[in-house]
Amino acid sequence: MAKTIFVLPFLVFFGVVTYFIIPIVKKSDPKLLPSALIDKDVPENKLPPLFENKTGFDHEDLLGGETLVNFFSSWCGPCRVEHDILMKISEEKTIRLFGINYKDQTQAAIRWLDELGDPFEKIVADKDGRAAIDWGVYGVPETYLIDKEGKVRYRHVGPLTERVLEEKLMPIIQLLRNKKDE
Amino acid sequence: MIAELGHFALILALVMATVQTVVPLLGAHRSNTVLMEIGKPSAIAQFFAILFAFCALTNAYITSDFSVANVAENSHSLKPLLYKISGVWGNHEGSMVLWVLILALFGFTVAVFGKNLPPTLRARVLGIQGSIGVAFLAFVITTSNPFLRLNPAPLDGRDLNPLLQDPGLAFHPPMLYLGYVGFSITFSFAIAALIEGNIGPAWARWVRPWALLAWTSLTAGITLGSWWAYYELGWGGWWYWDPVENASFMPWLVGTAFLHSAIVVEKRDALKSWTILLAILAFTLSLMGTFLVRSGVLTSVHAFAVDPERGLFILAILAFFVGGAFILFAIRAPKMALGGLFQPISREGGLVMNNLLLSVATATVFLGTLYPLFLDATTGQKVSVGPPFFNATFIPIMIPLLLLMAIGPMLSWKQGDLASAMSRLWVAAICSGGLGILFWLLNSDKPFTPIIGFAIAGWLGGGALKELADRVLLFRIPLINSLLRARGLPRSAYGMTLAHLGIAIFVCGASADSAWRSEVVFNAKEKDQTEIAGFNLKLQKVDRLKGPNYESERAHILVTKGSKIIANLYPERRFYPVQQMLTTEATIYSTVMADLYATIGEGDKRKGWVLRIWYNPLIPWIWLGCLLMVLGGIISLTDRRLRIGAPEKRVRNYKTAELGAEHG
Repeated sequence: MAKTIFVLPFLVFFGVVTYFIIPIVKKSDPKLLPSALIDKDVPENKLPPLFENKTGFDHEDLLGGETLVNFFSSWCGPCRVEHDILMKISEEKTIRLFGINYKDQTQAAIRWLDELGDPFEKIVADKDGRAAIDWGVYGVPETYLIDKEGKVRYRHVGPLTERVLEEKLMPIIQLLRNKKDE
Repeated sequence: MIAELGHFALILALVMATVQTVVPLLGAHRSNTVLMEIGKPSAIAQFFAILFAFCALTNAYITSDFSVANVAENSHSLKPLLYKISGVWGNHEGSMVLWVLILALFGFTVAVFGKNLPPTLRARVLGIQGSIGVAFLAFVITTSNPFLRLNPAPLDGRDLNPLLQDPGLAFHPPMLYLGYVGFSITFSFAIAALIEGNIGPAWARWVRPWALLAWTSLTAGITLGSWWAYYELGWGGWWYWDPVENASFMPWLVGTAFLHSAIVVEKRDALKSWTILLAILAFTLSLMGTFLVRSGVLTSVHAFAVDPERGLFILAILAFFVGGAFILFAIRAPKMALGGLFQPISREGGLVMNNLLLSVATATVFLGTLYPLFLDATTGQKVSVGPPFFNATFIPIMIPLLLLMAIGPMLSWKQGDLASAMSRLWVAAICSGGLGILFWLLNSDKPFTPIIGFAIAGWLGGGALKELADRVLLFRIPLINSLLRARGLPRSAYGMTLAHLGIAIFVCGASADSAWRSEVVFNAKEKDQTEIAGFNLKLQKVDRLKGPNYESERAHILVTKGSKIIANLYPERRFYPVQQMLTTEATIYSTVMADLYATIGEGDKRKGWVLRIWYNPLIPWIWLGCLLMVLGGIISLTDRRLRIGAPEKRVRNYKTAELGAEHG
């Protein structure tokens, strides 16, 4: 028994190496990071609203229509880059837009929105980032497209751009909307 | 011509490494002194051959010889000299040459400075080190030859990624490699000991200087990398739990555990197979880091150009060495004599706890880093694990470790007295409470969590200083006698105190920064101003400048407090035409207590520019803390007992010497 313990490191190592070989052989590209939640229900988290005088949202509020859920922070550079696109989505009423303020200080976030404009219909604050773990957020900004049944349909990592919106998100949104018409 | 000579030098080094592997190992096996002695000159020759190749490559970079493909892809004639040189290791092929150079350097140091090692052990260490050299030189020559020529040669090069053109990053890879390749030598020592089936206090003492050197360099390397990320990436953050960062952090954690468990082997002849296991693991994680960075199996902002073939090659090397090491471990380790026994509450017990916590922490980082890979391989799902996971799991493991760090050194060997150790720690308790309350009063309106960090840091710092004070009997005997005792203390004692103090200071910096940083973003035209943390910042003007290989917009920001001028900040936004890339050059005004950090964004005279200003409290403490750890490592390295020869005699006198030390 005592002896078998000494074999353990080898066995563990053997297991790890096997896992290293698989992706090389499969030639999978780690840069593609679709969400683990694709076609699954959004995580159920009760988060407080960012603005005290406005309501927040939870998974039930996502039902009934397509929604973009955007993780953002006032401290995040790329979030600033994508902000114009978010403002445009909000102004043109392309799709309902909710925000989750990630690991931020309330005052900083509010100041940020004052300065750049607030594109979000509703915003909740994920102060300690626990909800972000459930969503599988790698880093801000990230944007999730949720269908009217509250299921995640697409995830975009990094700042949204005109191109991402036109070529990636819009086709899926159209598809989801067409399905509704049937 | 010189490039071809460099290529030949690499092949020569491969031949030398083969000799260094085969002959001394055979000699040690047959107890043939002549064969064993061959290890020395071949290690030295291998080192100089690689050094020549490295210089040949550097020469190609300095002279901008674009007929060498590697230079054409990674350099440009207009690049400043420093970045021409650092460009040598800013790419896969060149960095592998640096990798084998450092590998050979460690073999070289054993050959030259290892005079006090028993000949068979030295022959075996050199042999194992040589065999790692054979594998990696074969890798460089067959898959990553940096000396390939281009015909016709292009007129100019493609330039180095502008993000890498930075003094912090110029020195980061050499330091980092010195650390992570440095663990190859502790690995070689461990394998040599397993082959001999003999490990004891003398072994721990022999391996210590090299382990310390590797650990110190790795600490410095990680710090430089983090510092670079802080001011170059322009986010104001300093650690991202990126897979590549984790790849260098895991060997550091295990290396730290190894340094501590080796002390138990040295002083008490216990924890032997565990220490060997850690030595193997530290290098395993280093190799794994090399593999992860270069095979592209994980996503990272730092990753080199991805090539599966290279990945497989490194994986084969990894599997051979580590698999072999673990098989040898499984056969030999159970036969090693059990060492000294000890009570759970004792110095050994404390060090075992240290080791357990560090190992669990490593396992957490390991799982977080590789989980995406495991999940993808088994279920095809793709996920990524980000900072929230690491912060939620790693920090809670660190807290008990930090608390223990003050207690451990207070316990005596074999059987400690927890109550008396705790009663000696009253200073630490006062420091902890004092620092906690002080920072709470200063920032009562801000989040509470960092206060815990400060309390822990106070406990740790106070404990480290009290331990030193107790050793010299400060205030218990006349001051002059205390000073005399202080002179007589071994350097390693100061090394430990400094390193532990460094951690305390680091914890303060990290805690403060995690919760108290403030930020102002504003759109400024010339002469506009803003306030942050009591400072007034005024945008004086924005100039257009031309650098050697870039164009830039540089803002001049005047920082005042009241009527006093504090500093002039010059944040820049650079455009590198060759790579079509923009970089932000942040500017930092550093005081002991905080950094004022400014970047300039897009804009023009009419609309104004977006300025981002951070006030990062105590960030300099992070670097200061790391610097103290490095200093602690260096001071320990100069300890007499590591330099002095005649270990044979010490082994014989070991029992009596230790008894003396215990009562002292």
